Amino acid sequence: MNLPLSLTINGVRREITLDDPRVTLLDLLRERLDLTGTKKGCDRGQCGACTILVDGRRINSCLALAVSHDGAEIVTIEGVGHGGELHPVQAAFIAHDGFQCGFCTPGQIMSGIGLIGEGQAGDDPERVRECMSGNLCRCGAYQGITEAVLEAQSNMTASKQRRSA
Amino acid sequence: MMNFDYVRPASVADAIAVGSEKGASYLASGTNLLDLMKGGVSRPSRLVDLTRLPGLDRIEHLADGGLRIGALVRNADLAHDAGFARNYPAVAEALLSGASAQLRNAATVGGNLMQRTRCAYFYDAGSACNRRWPGAGCDALNGENRLHAVLGWSEGCIATHPSDFCVPLVALDAIVEIEGKSGRRELPLEALHRLPGETPERETALERGDLIVALRLPAEAQGFAKHARYIKVRERTSYAFAVVSAAASLRIEDGSIREARIALGGVAAKPWRAREAEQVLAGAAPDVAAYREAARAALAGAKPSGDNAFKIELAQRILVRALTLAAAGTPDRIPALPGSPFSSVAGA
Repeated sequence: MNLPLSLTINGVRREITLDDPRVTLLDLLRERLDLTGTKKGCDRGQCGACTILVDGRRINSCLALAVSHDGAEIVTIEGVGHGGELHPVQAAFIAHDGFQCGFCTPGQIMSGIGLIGEGQAGDDPERVRECMSGNLCRCGAYQGITEAVLEAQSNMTASKQRRSA
Repeated sequence: MMNFDYVRPASVADAIAVGSEKGASYLASGTNLLDLMKGGVSRPSRLVDLTRLPGLDRIEHLADGGLRIGALVRNADLAHDAGFARNYPAVAEALLSGASAQLRNAATVGGNLMQRTRCAYFYDAGSACNRRWPGAGCDALNGENRLHAVLGWSEGCIATHPSDFCVPLVALDAIVEIEGKSGRRELPLEALHRLPGETPERETALERGDLIVALRLPAEAQGFAKHARYIKVRERTSYAFAVVSAAASLRIEDGSIREARIALGGVAAKPWRAREAEQVLAGAAPDVAAYREAARAALAGAKPSGDNAFKIELAQRILVRALTLAAAGTPDRIPALPGSPFSSVAGA
């Protein structure tokens, strides 16, 4: 069974033919397109390490069949920086020590970017914690992660206001 | 995961035609189904992808004051719809206390209704489970069962239905619109999920090929918007199923309760409407004595299915708390945060 699909991944249009409908977006990215920044933790939607943006929304790529997302626009951790410049959420994770081993970090950063886009957390750390609860960090870097998301959100809001001024 | 054929029908009629064949399963976002397939618990031979079906992703305001929510509306989109949260605050609160932000961004309204009633023994292929394998027995009965059902269970199955969304919905008389081989019909949500009895493998009232196309809330469901809460107790602050939860919606006029709508989650194989408790509160003064009597009535028929007698007391306390908070008034910001040990807001 050959299943053709077309995806835009980090701004580049990719025509892909799958030979197996079971391939998830996560496995497609990692095993077939060499985009290994997206991590496979639990593979069951419980840890958030595989978080990516699909059509602008953060989802668990391990619980998404690739074939069902024909036509989607996907952003992974490889696609968030511009040239040598880090995304504000990436920079804030470094500034606030938002990681230790780093395995969950791509998922945390993609989830933070998704959260800021959703605009639901405001400047309340308690809401950031609640809205980031789908991303586990076994090193326990949660305090730095929360601070990083709050600062990135504040920086991104400020620069947006400057641009529109 | 067992291999399967993948089909993407262009119309509801085509979907039902292929979805009626033996071994076929409907796929929306797949957040529950793919998880079950990875564990070998669900083994469909064909997946019928519903995600491209036209017209099922809309929220429509009906002429009679009701609301019709397409089955493909995403949980997060519904919860964050400003009008929806204002008119049905307990439902928005329930939606946002379920799963994680990533899952809510993907999961659909129809999929939430159709998620499986389940427990750890249902997931574990090495354990006996009547729901997974009819007649196999139930290892949960003598296993780790402190989170299992206390209402409506049978020796055949003691698992609970994990949806938060369905709990306030069943209290608000939500209706499920179904398309099937013999045309369109509708069913109260309360009649969709079945109690286990002798046939725990028969989880819903749907027949083969039946497809949920929409969920409807009747006009009077908006009448509870000023006094509505969904309170959920978990073993950790966020991203966990309910140990128990309670949806309480009140219509208070001239200092007394005209009408109460109450349902419990985490206690049974279906979202549990507590009509006995509603009757206790009809015409009563909104005070703790009345809430306690209502809570006793709600749990009067409960019995432990294992190490879970504590849930009977806990469910009463959570219901009293939900009623107290509902009577105090729906908070300005919906959803309120779940109570967290880090929260600076007492009783949030």
